[in-house]
Amino acid sequence: MSDIPRISRRSLFRGVGSATLVAGCAAKTPTPAPAPGLDPAAPPLAGTALGPGPAPLRFTLNGAPQTLEAAPSTTLLELLRHQLDATGSKLVCDRGACGACTVLVDGAPQPSCMTLAHDVEGRGVTTVEGLATNNQLSPLQRAFIEHDALQCGYCSSGMLMSCQALLNRRGATDAAAVEHAIAGNLCRCGTYPNVVAAVLSVAKGGA
Amino acid sequence: MQPFALIRPTTLLAARDRVHEHPRARLFRAGGVDLLDRMKEGLDAPAELIDLRTIADEKSLRGINPDPAGGCQLGALVTLAELAAAAELDAVLREAAGSAATPGIRNLATLGGNLLQRPRCWYYRNVDLVCLKKGGDACLAVTGENKYHAILGGGPSFIVHPSTLAAALLALDASVDIAGDTPRNIPLADLFVGPKQDPTREHSLGPGELLLRVVLPPAPPGRRSAYAVAKEKQSHDWPLVEAAVSLSLATGVMTQVRVVLGHVAPTPWRSREAEAVLENQAPSADLFRKAAAAALAPARPLRHNAYKLPLAQGLLREALHRAADLPLPE
Repeated sequence: MSDIPRISRRSLFRGVGSATLVAGCAAKTPTPAPAPGLDPAAPPLAGTALGPGPAPLRFTLNGAPQTLEAAPSTTLLELLRHQLDATGSKLVCDRGACGACTVLVDGAPQPSCMTLAHDVEGRGVTTVEGLATNNQLSPLQRAFIEHDALQCGYCSSGMLMSCQALLNRRGATDAAAVEHAIAGNLCRCGTYPNVVAAVLSVAKGGA
Repeated sequence: MQPFALIRPTTLLAARDRVHEHPRARLFRAGGVDLLDRMKEGLDAPAELIDLRTIADEKSLRGINPDPAGGCQLGALVTLAELAAAAELDAVLREAAGSAATPGIRNLATLGGNLLQRPRCWYYRNVDLVCLKKGGDACLAVTGENKYHAILGGGPSFIVHPSTLAAALLALDASVDIAGDTPRNIPLADLFVGPKQDPTREHSLGPGELLLRVVLPPAPPGRRSAYAVAKEKQSHDWPLVEAAVSLSLATGVMTQVRVVLGHVAPTPWRSREAEAVLENQAPSADLFRKAAAAALAPARPLRHNAYKLPLAQGLLREALHRAADLPLPE
């Protein structure tokens, strides 16, 4: 029986990531000046105040109602990955520049890294985990496989969501519309032509 | 991000009062795209975000509505995606809105946030550097890497204004309605503050003041407009240079000509020199070339951005040709 601790891919990356971060921060970066204290005796607010600690949040994830707590500073992507274990949406740039974390909020694609968790209060969120039904890949997912529309796969979950939003919006489509729809999804492997072919095949009714 | 409270006011007054008490610690939040970016970088660390999207008693914050004077009002919370899809708006504005950022960000980003976002200058965005914008005593772009910086109107700071909508809106003679202790309407051009006036800010809103909507006056008869832009990437990139023009061709000659260049100066740059060349003239390729030369005559490039002069001239000519429906010469 080996007493070497079991290392999962995820925990290894987590450890390597923080070690790299610490090494890279040898020169201390100045922290922003703390905000001045706020008056605790302020008049009552017309509206509601959440946080700064965890605050209740309800929304629907891939059709399933969720009731949980999150701090206002939590992004939707952090909530999905850390609290709901929905790790299909990928954290890459964390600045809305790459599209790997794209999810649908009430059907509209948006970067979940630039969305606060509390922004989806009462709304419906669809992630890549919500595309398959009953363990059957969706037509779009099957088309991605058949058209070899992914290589490393890091952009795929976001790419799929942008493409699914296009297909939901309009049945028939053309290459220009697909290219426009995925203009925010960066693929460093260069699979774009195959992504376009995959989406067009679904739009035409094939898979 | 540093922890913060998220405030959801239901009235405009509650939102304004909240920020007015502590204008540095409490920030308005609309789409939040630039704001969250700055908070993640450590450039801003507010104690509270005041979400404008829950305000229920000021309907004109949302949507595109008719203005009593005959034009239209664009709510500050209208998204870039909504502007790009609004068939009733002039081409220059739809094209500019549809060219910015990415489809996903355009679903979040708002008109107000686009106009009031902070500069993209990499010295400003680097939290370790104290540049003129952050209370330092020098613009680091002057002696540094200034490929993306100003060629017109620069000094002491050489940022370029980051808003893609601003140039298009200026070409349409937009004004802005501002909520404050004294509600006011000012020309959009007066919203922007140049670095000679105050290098630490880009807009003239006071504490607790809120940009409510952009007002577009009625279009003159026969108005045509166009937007031309060059970027290093086709998607998710800020312009190297952009040109927005509008003109009226009702009588065969160009009248009410507006020429605005973006990403060349610390504020959106209206070229009255180019407008003077074009006004009351029949459109021609030769005239457009002269107008473009006039627009860039005052330019003073830095070490790495002289390429912006021919680029701006080319884009301005392209926009003029498209607005006047004159075939491009080459």
